[in-house]
Amino acid sequence: MSAAIKWYWFSSPQTFFPLAGKIARWSAVGAGLLAAAGLYVGFFVAPTDAQQGEAYRIIFIHVPAAWMSMFLYVVMAFWAGIGLAFNTRLSSMMASAIAPTGALFTFLALWTGALWGRPTWGAYWVWDARLTSELILLFLYLGFMALQAAIDEPRRADRAGALLAIVGVVNVPIIYYSVTWWNTLHQGASVSLTRAPSMASTMLTGMLLMALAFWLYSIAASLARVRCIIKERE
Amino acid sequence: MNWGGWSEFWAMGGYGFYVWGAYGVTCAGLAVEVFLLRRRTREAKA
Amino acid sequence: MIAAARCVVRRDLLLALRRPSDVGTALLFFVIVASLFPLGIGAEPNQLRAVAPGVIWVAALLSSMLSLSRLFAADHADGTLEQMLLGVSPLGVIAAAKVFTHWLVSGLPLVLIAPLIALQYDLPASLYGTLALSLLLGTPVLSLIGAIGAALTLGLRGGGVLLSLLVLPLYVPVLIMGAGSVDMAAAGLAPQGQLQLLGALLLLAAAFAPWAIAAALRISTE
Repeated sequence: MSAAIKWYWFSSPQTFFPLAGKIARWSAVGAGLLAAAGLYVGFFVAPTDAQQGEAYRIIFIHVPAAWMSMFLYVVMAFWAGIGLAFNTRLSSMMASAIAPTGALFTFLALWTGALWGRPTWGAYWVWDARLTSELILLFLYLGFMALQAAIDEPRRADRAGALLAIVGVVNVPIIYYSVTWWNTLHQGASVSLTRAPSMASTMLTGMLLMALAFWLYSIAASLARVRCIIKERE
Repeated sequence: MNWGGWSEFWAMGGYGFYVWGAYGVTCAGLAVEVFLLRRRTREAKA
Repeated sequence: MIAAARCVVRRDLLLALRRPSDVGTALLFFVIVASLFPLGIGAEPNQLRAVAPGVIWVAALLSSMLSLSRLFAADHADGTLEQMLLGVSPLGVIAAAKVFTHWLVSGLPLVLIAPLIALQYDLPASLYGTLALSLLLGTPVLSLIGAIGAALTLGLRGGGVLLSLLVLPLYVPVLIMGAGSVDMAAAGLAPQGQLQLLGALLLLAAAFAPWAIAAALRISTE
């Protein structure tokens, strides 16, 4: 009972505003510390990879960025759906606040993937299933942001964006499946990308530290943005 | 410790361009987002 | 309910027939886009045969999208849409009827004219069946998904370009499976798997898209 009251209390933008500021600040501090630890492990503790040399060190930002890009899309669609179903303004604001950070991580995953691909596969871009899906994910993010930007009225922007995000999240597995199938059909003779590098445990530690850092950074950035949105609208 | 000195560290075993290109753009992207958020916060308060 | 749907289909068909140039434009666009590719990449028959399924499908995607922005615009402008929102028949049914008509005037002609394009690209006649079948199963999905985007962007500035940004990424599975089925058949393999997946996409879209379109129309008009 009291828990329910608390949820409603925090779902009001006005009461959430100071709390969001506090969480954002601490998340930012945590992100900084974890990133420092992750970079230290990644560059100074983790050994050189036997096959890829030093180029593999891109993994410490590439994989976390790719994880975050997908995770944030699901979280965005979740909040958008809650906002659409229960008509809570704050949930819709969270969805709009997450989108730019998600798009940024999608772009970074593509960028670092390209720079990793060049030394390991010999090309900046290969039409690998994962890269292609990531590219389409970027388009989905940009479509969501463009739709919301084109609508002046906040309520319609929230609800239209929410519907698009839900349609998108239903489509993502279908897109991924079809792109994977397409990739096997048109498999060039050049590369096979399924080989999982035998990872030293320090490599895994570094990657997980960086993933946590990105995760906390995403929390900080989206909460800071949701504070701006609250301020601008109310 | 993996590196014999700074120059070796920056060279990244010959992959410096790729590794630092990836890390540099990531840092720049995050920095731009933080900068834009700071500006937006300032403008929203004003 | 069925009467309402039939009524909407008949009315939209009549409206479309009264302005046949609108129907013709999308079809002509399809033919022109498909005819431009050989001019861009060269007329080497083997190369043309290899790219034909993809080119025809991409042209179909673009052409189907071209007419989407008009799907609800006229009804929105003259107030008919508002009547439909207030009416007793479920909005989802009306939306499905409108999408079906859109497919009749923009998708079905593509299916019928595709063999002609295939001829230009020197595709063997044995592939015409697969090509037409894949378009027959795939183009309704394009209309269904596109209608969600059309409903969401109703009355927005820059609606047409925005619509393509929203809708084209969602078209990817249809494009892959549609062009893929023809590729499979061209390689001498059985295209049934891809065609069945296209059929599954069609069923999925037909089951859920009308309600999404209805929700989008309510969002855009309130």
